[in-house]
Amino acid sequence: MENKLKIRKFKDKAFFIAVCAFSALAAVPLVAIIVKVVMKGYKQLNMDFFTETSPTTFEAMIAKASGSLIPGGVLNGLTGTLIMVGIAAVISIPFGIMCGVYLSEKPKAAFSGLIRFLSELIQGIPSIIVGMIVYSWIVLPLGSYSALAGGVSLAIMMLPLVIRSTEETLKMLPSSLKEAGLALGCSYKSVILKILLPSAAGGLFTGVLLAISRVMGETAPLMLTALGSTLVNWDVTAPTSALPLLIWEFYNDPNLVDMIWSSSLLLLVIVLLLNLAAKAIVNKRRTA
Amino acid sequence: MDAETQNNIILKFDDVSISYTPGVNAVKNVTADIRKNSITAIMGPSGCGKSTLLRAVNRMHELYPHITTTGKILINGIDILKTDPIKVRRMAGMVFQRPNPFPTMSIYQNVIAGYSLNGINLPKQEKDAIVEECLRNVGLWDEVKDSLNKKGTFLSGGQQQRLCIARALALKPDVLLMDEPTSALDPIATNRIEDLLVGLKDQLTIVIVTHNMSQAARISDYSMFMYLGDLVEFDSTQKMFTNPNDKRTEEYLNGRFG
Ligand SMILES: Nc1ncnc2c1ncn2[C@@H]1O[C@H](COP(=O)(O)OP(=O)(O)OP(=O)(O)O)[C@@H](O)[C@H]1O
Ligand SMILES: [Mg+2]
Repeated sequence: MENKLKIRKFKDKAFFIAVCAFSALAAVPLVAIIVKVVMKGYKQLNMDFFTETSPTTFEAMIAKASGSLIPGGVLNGLTGTLIMVGIAAVISIPFGIMCGVYLSEKPKAAFSGLIRFLSELIQGIPSIIVGMIVYSWIVLPLGSYSALAGGVSLAIMMLPLVIRSTEETLKMLPSSLKEAGLALGCSYKSVILKILLPSAAGGLFTGVLLAISRVMGETAPLMLTALGSTLVNWDVTAPTSALPLLIWEFYNDPNLVDMIWSSSLLLLVIVLLLNLAAKAIVNKRRTA
Repeated sequence: MDAETQNNIILKFDDVSISYTPGVNAVKNVTADIRKNSITAIMGPSGCGKSTLLRAVNRMHELYPHITTTGKILINGIDILKTDPIKVRRMAGMVFQRPNPFPTMSIYQNVIAGYSLNGINLPKQEKDAIVEECLRNVGLWDEVKDSLNKKGTFLSGGQQQRLCIARALALKPDVLLMDEPTSALDPIATNRIEDLLVGLKDQLTIVIVTHNMSQAARISDYSMFMYLGDLVEFDSTQKMFTNPNDKRTEEYLNGRFG
């Protein structure tokens, strides 16, 4: 009896150690990436990095020759990302929530089947193809690359994520909530707008944050739609830069290549913060 | 039935049958008259159709299109199956088995939810008066008067259930439908709610589903006994508990099945 218990304890311990070891192994590449990005990127993260536009290859060359930091920053990318993610959110959030509500209310309707099919289809499409589609929809007719086109392509990528998270959040609400509203003589519309959606607000917000953090790093569709720009540009019909576009440009320019680390670090930190915020909301809802 | 009792009928079931699956009736040809300002208890073993019958009265079944209801249900002589469901639900309030206050609303907002959700904007004074009156009615006022702006979900289960009753009362329904409202509560909270129901009798008519026979005996004036979807017996509670007509009723009340 004693012995058996000992063996069992030993097995438990061995299993625990194995689990820890494998998780550590899986975390190695992740940690390696983060360490590398931080080590190489932090030097460049000064005030200028947030207030100046991206440097030209010539400026960088001169700075490097004199052994100083590359001047300039990523302000044009930051503002561009802000605008395009903003456009994407404005388009995808209302549409996504409406579709999500429909799916959770009428899960078996034919139209729901169609929405589900399309939403899975979009999720499966390579992002470069989304870029091509928006190129032919918006860039060609407008005759110019633009933040609008970039925003629309990000919106298309966000849509399935918002739909999915809305549907799942609403499905988690107890049906008693809806019955309580109807039993008070509320119309179906006000049950949805004033009871179900507010009760699901935390979950919806989390879903939106995760969707934003997911599309913020998209590069391929933006190459074909927003193109990029060296200027801070608030005109949504003109070519516009974005953080991932800048990283790509820096990568392609031997004189600017050092800038990719600091820009990657910034992108990483923003995405991380969005994820943490989303998590915090989920936790708060659990305890409330 | 003489004219006076006829006038006293507030809720009438006329040959009501309800089915979840075509061909199978969960409630079979129920006919019954419920008197005004009475408490009627619906009893019967689990699955006999009590909730199904009760939920038909405020048309909860309409949420689920596969459920069919035949026959007539009249409230104050109005055929509710042919009336706007929103109107019906104002006449017949409902309290569910599990307390279900709106999680995003404060205690105050929960009580007047029936108005605010329907876009009825009352002046602040009037709202305050309704909230106080309804919370006093359910004996919750003294416990929560200093925390009206707290979320309703912070209350205990029994308090939440009383809040839900207050919410239903705020709309001044003619009929209050209650589906095992005390089954999730401890004896003290149960007692309070029972006292409350008896006290409310002069304002409205109560139909209550209960598994608790002593509860039915304590508070109800009339009792229904249902079995496998049939309304087996419907009589004054006193008669039913002392001298039931049907053998099945007797067996159930003696705890031989159910
Ligand atoms: N949503 C549903 N879909 C299909 N059948 C159902 C559904 N709800 C209830 N039924 C069936 O209808 C019958 C009556 O159910 P009902 O809920 O009215 O019983 P009840 O008397 O309230 O029981 P309980 O005391 O357990 O609450 C049962 O046989 C049950 O299987
Ligand atoms: Mg029931």
